[in-house]
Amino acid sequence: MKILVPVKRVVDYNVKVRVKSDQSGVELAGVKMAMNPFDEIAVEEAVRLKEKGVVTEIIAVSVGITAAQETIRTALAMGADRGILVETDVAVEPLAVAKILKAIADREQPGLIILGKQAIDDDMNATGQMLAAFLGWPQGTFASKVVIEDGTATVTREVDGGLETLALTLPAIITADLRLNEPRYASLPNIMKARKKPIDIVKPADLGVDAAPRLTILKVVEPAKRQAGKKVGSVAELVDKLRNEAKVI
Amino acid sequence: MTSLVLLDHEAGLIKQPARSAVAAATKIGGDVHVLVAGENIGDAAAAAAKLPGVTKVLTADAPAYAHALAEPLADLLVSLAPAYSHILSASTATGKNVLPRVAAFLDVQPLSDIADVIDADTFVRPIYAGNALATVKTADAKKVITVRAASFDPVAADGGAAPIEAAATADAPSTSRFLGAELSKSERPELTAARVVISGGRGMQNGENFHLLDPIADKLGAAVGASRAAVDAGFVPNDYQVGQTGKIVAPDLYVAVGISGAIQHLAGMKDSKVIVAINKDADAPIFQVADYGLVADLFGALPELKAELEKA
Repeated sequence: MKILVPVKRVVDYNVKVRVKSDQSGVELAGVKMAMNPFDEIAVEEAVRLKEKGVVTEIIAVSVGITAAQETIRTALAMGADRGILVETDVAVEPLAVAKILKAIADREQPGLIILGKQAIDDDMNATGQMLAAFLGWPQGTFASKVVIEDGTATVTREVDGGLETLALTLPAIITADLRLNEPRYASLPNIMKARKKPIDIVKPADLGVDAAPRLTILKVVEPAKRQAGKKVGSVAELVDKLRNEAKVI
Repeated sequence: MTSLVLLDHEAGLIKQPARSAVAAATKIGGDVHVLVAGENIGDAAAAAAKLPGVTKVLTADAPAYAHALAEPLADLLVSLAPAYSHILSASTATGKNVLPRVAAFLDVQPLSDIADVIDADTFVRPIYAGNALATVKTADAKKVITVRAASFDPVAADGGAAPIEAAATADAPSTSRFLGAELSKSERPELTAARVVISGGRGMQNGENFHLLDPIADKLGAAVGASRAAVDAGFVPNDYQVGQTGKIVAPDLYVAVGISGAIQHLAGMKDSKVIVAINKDADAPIFQVADYGLVADLFGALPELKAELEKA
């Protein structure tokens, strides 16, 4: 079974982003970029499925600018077999990404697609669900455990009240939550090997997809800053302040 | 212009985040209809009919909807969509799972986790873990929206009297099946609805120590939460997590105990009205957002806090 793993190039999760002074967006120039952390978890899960013999080939796909090849290389160094970059300078939205991934899935015919549950830049949490709709496949979002057996994916999901488990008939979409696994660091030999693995480059138009955005960003601002308050000297003082000053207890 | 709000419900009651989603729909304007889907949902539908501002309750009562599986629920919403300009739900596990699927079927770019309504096409939503707020205008004719519940005061549970109407239902899908759930049981209020939240972090050291928070939570009527570090370490279950990818809360009082204050945690609680931090590291970033900070070892401070609260 082939598996497709979409990966997104985003601002590194350790970076404290700054809003541009003209309110057009967030400052990206000179900022460290990395693979979306949830996508790393998705890649790791795919590699583990390959190590278990469930999966025969892992294809890492990214949609974005030329530099997104680096993100694909990271996936290849972790254990993906080949990459596809759908190259575009447009700031693609989840709707367009899901349409592009649908076109790739039609070509590659994977039995399973694992994505990160959300990208930590736009925090949309939508692409996996939308791709499932376009393919007409069942979806197991926010997965913390995945077992593939006899044409079925048994997916344990993190939901508001705890955990729930679903059985999905393959082919299916899974989106990875934080506790699905701990992604490995790529070893130096694997990073070297990844340089030789193939990456195909296509354009959205080659796939027949209109990637034009539907949303216009009118402005991006910083949220109201909280002022650091005061330090209290004792528990008694804390309780007194909460009772008599803040009046919240 | 009419909105349809998919309501989260449990045990015959409409959950508080769903009432916040109704508030967001009300702010958009026009009529507000709500959808209650599930199995044996008579009580929940009756509760939905009482929500102020709701003009019609649609029900879909069938086994296919019993566990809120994305596939049948999305199909149901798509079948109802032609009558609506806006389709909303709270950013709950169900809403986040189902609404993007609906949006794709409708060829719409969804608006996830909105924090404010500017007009019928324009919304504010947090990006980068809430470190920036984007005002976005959509060109889509139909809007599919999930609502950050902590950003909208919920409508009251009582006051309305909307008519209830059954929607056409479908059979269960053949490609997904509910196998089971392990849900946390607690007598305490839910994290996303509590007036007071007390959360523990890595500093709690183990799951046993989390029980030090219990008597304080009981005294304050608080929900108990946790940082990602505490959940990852296995101290408490996943549903305790407050943060960018966990639950977003905005209670009157948030007490962070042994939590350093990573960006991802702050994203889930920084809109709380009053924040208290108890941490032995005076340089912990949590103190930069705390209204009241106590630099102290939590193992000394928590029993003292319990005793102090019992004094009144």
